[in-house]
Amino acid sequence: MSVDIRPADAAPGRPSRQALSALLYRRGRLRLAGLLTAPAAWLILVYIAALSALLITALWTVDTFTGKVSTTWTLDNLIQVTTDPVYQTIALRTLRIAVLVTVVDMVLALPIAFFIAKVASPRWRGVLVVAILMPLWASYLVKAYAWRNVLAEGGLLEWLGISSPGYSEAAVVIALSYIWLPYMILPIHAGFERVPDSLLEASSDLGAKPLATLRLVILPILVPSIIAGTIFTFALTLGDYITAQIVGGTTQMLGTVVYANVGAANNLPLASAVALIPIAVIMAYLLIVRRTGALNNL
Amino acid sequence: MKLSRSARITLGTLTAVVLLFIYVPLLLVVINSFNGDRSFGWPPRSFTLEWWSRAFQSEGVREAIATSLWVALISTAISLVLGTLLALALQRHDFFGKDVINLLVILPIALPGIVTGIALNNLFTTVLGVSLSLWTVIIAHATFCMVTVFNNAIARLRRTNSSFEEASSDLGAGIFTTFRLVTLPQLRSALVAGGLLAFALSFDEIIVTTFTIGAGQQTLPVWILNNLFRPNQAPVVNVVAVVLIIASVVPVWLAQRLSGDAIGTTRSRKKASPGITKASSTAR
Amino acid sequence: MARTQSSLPLLCLTTAALLALTACGTSNGSTEGQGSAPELTAQAEVGEGEGSLSVLAWPGYVEDGTNDPDVDWVSSFEEETGCMVDFKPFGTSDEAVTLMRSGQYDVVSASGDASLRLIAGGDVEPVNVDLIESYEGIYPFLKDQLWNTVDGVNYGVPHGWGANVLMYRADQVTPAPTSWRSVFEDAEQNSGKVTAYDSPIYIADAAVYLMAHNPDLGITNPYALDADQLAAAVDLLKAQREHVGEYWSDVVKEVQSFASGSSVIGTTWQVGANIAQADGADVKTVLPEEGATGWSDTWMIGAESEHKNCAYKWLDHIASPEINAQVAEYFGESPATPAACELTQDASHCETYHSGDEDYASQIWYWTTPVAECIDGRTDVECTDYSEWTKAWTEIKG
Repeated sequence: MSVDIRPADAAPGRPSRQALSALLYRRGRLRLAGLLTAPAAWLILVYIAALSALLITALWTVDTFTGKVSTTWTLDNLIQVTTDPVYQTIALRTLRIAVLVTVVDMVLALPIAFFIAKVASPRWRGVLVVAILMPLWASYLVKAYAWRNVLAEGGLLEWLGISSPGYSEAAVVIALSYIWLPYMILPIHAGFERVPDSLLEASSDLGAKPLATLRLVILPILVPSIIAGTIFTFALTLGDYITAQIVGGTTQMLGTVVYANVGAANNLPLASAVALIPIAVIMAYLLIVRRTGALNNL
Repeated sequence: MKLSRSARITLGTLTAVVLLFIYVPLLLVVINSFNGDRSFGWPPRSFTLEWWSRAFQSEGVREAIATSLWVALISTAISLVLGTLLALALQRHDFFGKDVINLLVILPIALPGIVTGIALNNLFTTVLGVSLSLWTVIIAHATFCMVTVFNNAIARLRRTNSSFEEASSDLGAGIFTTFRLVTLPQLRSALVAGGLLAFALSFDEIIVTTFTIGAGQQTLPVWILNNLFRPNQAPVVNVVAVVLIIASVVPVWLAQRLSGDAIGTTRSRKKASPGITKASSTAR
Repeated sequence: MARTQSSLPLLCLTTAALLALTACGTSNGSTEGQGSAPELTAQAEVGEGEGSLSVLAWPGYVEDGTNDPDVDWVSSFEEETGCMVDFKPFGTSDEAVTLMRSGQYDVVSASGDASLRLIAGGDVEPVNVDLIESYEGIYPFLKDQLWNTVDGVNYGVPHGWGANVLMYRADQVTPAPTSWRSVFEDAEQNSGKVTAYDSPIYIADAAVYLMAHNPDLGITNPYALDADQLAAAVDLLKAQREHVGEYWSDVVKEVQSFASGSSVIGTTWQVGANIAQADGADVKTVLPEEGATGWSDTWMIGAESEHKNCAYKWLDHIASPEINAQVAEYFGESPATPAACELTQDASHCETYHSGDEDYASQIWYWTTPVAECIDGRTDVECTDYSEWTKAWTEIKG
């Protein structure tokens, strides 16, 4: 792979290339500009521009007859989203689901990640990691649909003699926990791997019981990895609407409302206003966890 | 760590239970791909190979897979270039606004797909007025795939010592030569891990794709979504899923091979594992 | 780096982007008057095909043999006309409108809850039906209707149609229902196992029910509801919500629920009932005494299409009895042309779907986009439009 980022006019011939190289070596700022320009421009021109346009749209309105966006400035959408109780109910429900999914995944991921990283024999370790990775490649949609069959009345779960929650909010939590679980296991596993065995031995040589070692030695090292995992499970759940549609029964999430409004009546302004809720929540979460260094563990 | 026998057994059992939780629904998909009942009644009343033969005859599936591979390849290539540049800029330099850029690269993956999807759709169709095509999908995918490459690369750069690069330039190598002969080899396995993840991410993405894909084109997830809605096609989707799971052995194995030390197979590793950090970013 | 600095660049960045965007604005601020369709003219003649055609349609309407080699009515079209077809399926009428608005598609199969929105938005243009040979053979009761004709101008060619009937598990719901009451006021008898269609347009189903049982409200067309009438429908649906196990938007998903018993009663399309029966589920359908909502699809031509000749050729092709029969049978709906009934593989297809049964058809309120100007002719009130229905639907589901 080549990472030549020199300007086109410097291309021909070695001398100019050497000159450029020397120039870039002497001038750190120039080197930085060369490295940063393309990716920063991409992120700003594509992503920030798109997000800004969306946010502005939230301040516009829709021509009620043709359903086209009309550029009349109004705060109506924002007011409606913040004051209408139905949006509050949906926002709270979505948050609740996202928190539950995150907690469930954390509880499931910690022991299995610990087992793989620190208990299993080297040979098993490889097998287990592959076993965790494989389901990532089965389509998201297919997995959600599989849960639909598992949870159906007279489906696999009831057939096994376990009572099914039916298509409900609980079903959404179960299915999403399932789908996002690998995203929690993998960073936590990586975190455990970063804990040197020698440190654990030292801890136990100094008389610490396993639980004390876990609490005093492992956990502090692990926190950023756990938070990295939560960013995924939390953010991915917050924006989901497909799983809610497949196993949620009557459950509406924020994503459902956004999706309904983008298509239905083509009300992009209202959809944008609703989309501000998950954007705000995620931004707040990212800013809080930034201190922990979790963002470097994503 | 020294654990009591019972603690080990408990942990092992928990692991087995979680694995069961992961694999039972997948097993159900496999069984349903043979289920004679078009609406997957349970337990299956009859079995059939019809869906398998239909899946293999379906040109639509083959085209969709080819499209998905193409989209994933190009967006991975773009993410590799951009992600590496960004990682070098952020790890080797200090500048005003560094934190913001760091946050910015994470946003496309941290914000819900539907937000990214409608934002890009609005940008392409309303603001820029370009018509949607596979290229708009590729631009969208590259935007959120960049972060996986970036994270792997920067994690590796943080652990490698820049003194090698300094030595290289002290010995007279230009900065491009240094990059090619010193930095890149150090980064190689991290880039492979990040690239594979980016590929996987793009290959299975549905929400952003729905909003950015043009007329008459479908990636595999779009094909799946369209066909789950069709009475005679839904069972064929199960077959495709099974084939995908089986085929996923290839990239997983590749990840194991190529990032070598990465996937926790060696016990006494000095370095932490970069290859695994990778999969953590497979969001979406 | 100091923490306080870090938000500054982001702020600058966003402000810059905001300014840039405000300056450009978006180009489609609309000033069209309500009710009148934009002035567009139909083609006067059909010339040589332009070589390609991009089609936006319900899944199952455009089959070129890639999904099933035996199901193919695109290849013959491509051979005859030289117009190569690109197909994009959509999942809901709302999606169709959004996609059509991008101007990328030459023709679209629009249900009545999409067609008016497309016409009003200037996204589709009038169709000169004299240029379409197959048009003459179409059932008269499908022509010149609210959802395909505005001010006497035709905007498309009718395709298939069907009713949103009531489906129930015969082994679990007794006595057999004859009224929509069983999913509204009597829903609690099957609490948790009632299903309903997941779209704002389902509000019209409640309106059809209210029209029969609550005449004081004065509803004469379920797609023309003033604020009070909408509120009554919303209340009815909110009460129903307590007993709904699942809202469906995907007919396979619905069939699955009926097969497993997760749902036992609710609205469906005939095709859903057929699949369920084929899979051995003990379900029956009924057209309840109040009548029902339904769909009648129309093939329309995009205003910005650059392949209009191909578009006309497609409209003619798809409405021809032979092709119409294939599509109707594959999709599971009634064909638009009586001649198609002779050509279906299953000889009783038209009977199953009540094609040409005018009495049956007259009980159907075809999906029509609710607009502010009441389509029932009232001028003293303003009706609720689709965006209000959408908000109401969000509120109903809670």
